[in-house]
Amino acid sequence: MAVEVRLPTVLRQHAGGQSSVTVEGATVGEVLAGLTAAYPGLSEQLQIGDELPRYLNVYLNDEDVRYMEKLETSVGSGDVVHIMPAVSGG
Amino acid sequence: MTDQIRLDAAHVDMIVAHALAGRPNEACGLLAGRDGRVERVYALRNADESPYTYRVDGREQLDAFREAESDGLDLVGCFHSHTHTVPYPSETDVRQAFYPDWAYLVVGLGEERPVLRAFRIVDGAVSEISLVVGS
Repeated sequence: MAVEVRLPTVLRQHAGGQSSVTVEGATVGEVLAGLTAAYPGLSEQLQIGDELPRYLNVYLNDEDVRYMEKLETSVGSGDVVHIMPAVSGG
Repeated sequence: MTDQIRLDAAHVDMIVAHALAGRPNEACGLLAGRDGRVERVYALRNADESPYTYRVDGREQLDAFREAESDGLDLVGCFHSHTHTVPYPSETDVRQAFYPDWAYLVVGLGEERPVLRAFRIVDGAVSEISLVVGS
């Protein structure tokens, strides 16, 4: 499925300045893997492994995937994935 | 000009009130504005519900971003409280600071009166900035 991935200003420099890119994938995890494969600079910034990092918010059509199936959340054609670094600390 | 963030006394009151109300946990929120000036404070939920760490609730962060954007404002910073330690960015704060152009405000609750300070965190380096409170 081709989904639109929207990037925050702070990450656009790692994707050629683009505010959104189209990526193929069947799950959120596959979409993010496709995104970081296409843009290695993002891979360094996001450091997504097998789990969703605590410091990264990912939304599927405005729903936080943490409250869905996280990286296993299915995506469909026309869906929009929005990435936003978390605001966190201690 | 000295690096600074400008906000109203009412904004300071909101930030401090939210920090006090959040005890014993850390409280947090976002700041929206433009041109180095805070126009709006978003007092948000600490999804960690912890006295040691905070993470702005993801959905509330997105809602604040969308609302600010629709009103022509940018997210210009954030705030969180240190319930017992000094109002200075911790190692955790620095490690998880992803917004180099933001003002990071820290409310210290360990003293007799709350203390509010502001910082930039860029590539792991912390620099204090002026907090200019006016009308």
